[in-house]
Amino acid sequence: MEIVYLSFILVLAIFLGFELISKVPSTLHTPLMSGANAISGITVVGALVAAGADQETTATILGTAAVTLATINVVGGYMVTDRMLAMFKKKH
Amino acid sequence: MSGQLVINLIYILSAGLFIYGLKMLTSPATARQGNRLSAIGMLIAIVVTLFDQNIVDFTWIIVGLVVGSAIGSIAARRVEMTSMPELVALFNGFGGLASVTVACAALFGSEVSTGLAATIILSILIGSVTFTGSLVAYGKLSETIPSKAVLFAGQRVVNGAILLSIIVAAVIFSLNPDTTSGSNAFWVVIGLSFLLGIMVVIPIGGADMPVVISLLNSYSGLAACAAGFVLNNNLLIVAGSLVGASGMILTNIMCKAMNRSLGNVLFSGFGAVTQQADAIEGEVKPVVAADAYLILEAASSVAIVPGYGMAVAQAQHAVQELAEQLEENGCEVRFAVHPVAGRMPGHMNVLLAEANVPYDQLVEMDDINPQMGGIDVAIVIGANDVVNPAALDQESSPIYGMPIIHVHEAGTVIVLKRSMATGFAGLDNALFYGDNTRMLFGDAKESVMGMVAEFKG
Repeated sequence: MEIVYLSFILVLAIFLGFELISKVPSTLHTPLMSGANAISGITVVGALVAAGADQETTATILGTAAVTLATINVVGGYMVTDRMLAMFKKKH
Repeated sequence: MSGQLVINLIYILSAGLFIYGLKMLTSPATARQGNRLSAIGMLIAIVVTLFDQNIVDFTWIIVGLVVGSAIGSIAARRVEMTSMPELVALFNGFGGLASVTVACAALFGSEVSTGLAATIILSILIGSVTFTGSLVAYGKLSETIPSKAVLFAGQRVVNGAILLSIIVAAVIFSLNPDTTSGSNAFWVVIGLSFLLGIMVVIPIGGADMPVVISLLNSYSGLAACAAGFVLNNNLLIVAGSLVGASGMILTNIMCKAMNRSLGNVLFSGFGAVTQQADAIEGEVKPVVAADAYLILEAASSVAIVPGYGMAVAQAQHAVQELAEQLEENGCEVRFAVHPVAGRMPGHMNVLLAEANVPYDQLVEMDDINPQMGGIDVAIVIGANDVVNPAALDQESSPIYGMPIIHVHEAGTVIVLKRSMATGFAGLDNALFYGDNTRMLFGDAKESVMGMVAEFKG
């Protein structure tokens, strides 16, 4: 049943995503993409458990690599998006 | 168990912040705050996960977080705005690889059932294709590898065979998901998925990269989704879906703006151009900056149409200065931005914003076209194909049907161009021979600075 429940969430979230993102103006599409990079770094949540759990060394190494990669996305993604959005100014 | 329950409840808050943050991205006025909300959602998710009862040792977590933060913040601070496509391509790749490693860790960390093995394999497949595909896209964008489309006979057959082998190996592995005995099939899946990522991006030409990075952006979200299925984690699924949907929408917009189907972009490099049937009549009327100034000085409304040539010439700051001079002269100035101007969706807007052009002056193609007839002067800077009227009326033209900015309808068109060389599509442009067109030849930056100097008198 678990898979059905997860798929349910998946379908709803995809529809929500389409609704939300189709309203983003083309002016902001580049920050949207870098912001999406940051959000896809959410994998870090799974990676943290993999890197810190008591298990085989291989899994710990893989988990640590995953934490590093996902953190690059999270930190880099949010920071560069903020840097870009700060440049968008209204007419004085 | 109650600890896990609390963690999952707080994940709902994070998901809400992601969603609300994206909603605030619908206007430049609220976008920055939206991005911060989203970041707070992420921070909450990370902090609360650290309380997971399965975590017994924080050493490697801290190492990963510190190293990742350092690399991410340096990259974010150092990147030039012209190189944003490369950075996004790299980040797409990291997202994909992160999903691969998380899925592998789940596999090596515990005994897995057939069902779980199948989701792990799916996560690895999507993540690997995203990873190597993004690296190739990065290489092409940064021109560390040739950006030309690499096409060879039987390419689709080869790719089909690779995909089929992956599926077969995935089924074999899932039926016997033992990392010791079934590991051969497992490595076959990983190896071939990496290969597939390379194979699907090499046939795509450099000019089509905006479509590809949008698509890979979408895949990186789907990879996070797949990892969510592996870990039974709703937050990964919600966040991954949002990113997946975002990438799909952008892919679609880019394809429409180039009047090509996704299949056409993915499977056939922008091929050899058929020679145009009818020769263009009329003559080119070159002007110098002083003549252009006289035209602009009398104008009460001006539309500036920037292309990537403007960014290549580093002319955006000079252009912004020209816009300011025009406004001081009592003229209404707008920037008409074509969706494929620049090298990724929305890229031109960022480059203009960086040059201090206020966002209320940035107008989308569909909004400016109906008003073009009432605009006194259109200035085309470093753009060619996106203002080629052949897209409207010449059925024999390869760009026929592509939406363009209708500058030819403006009172006068001033085209800034280095020479009469053709644009990316290799086509002649009837606009340059139009009665109301004046050509200002030379380096875009110097030409614009010439006009600014005339205004300053």
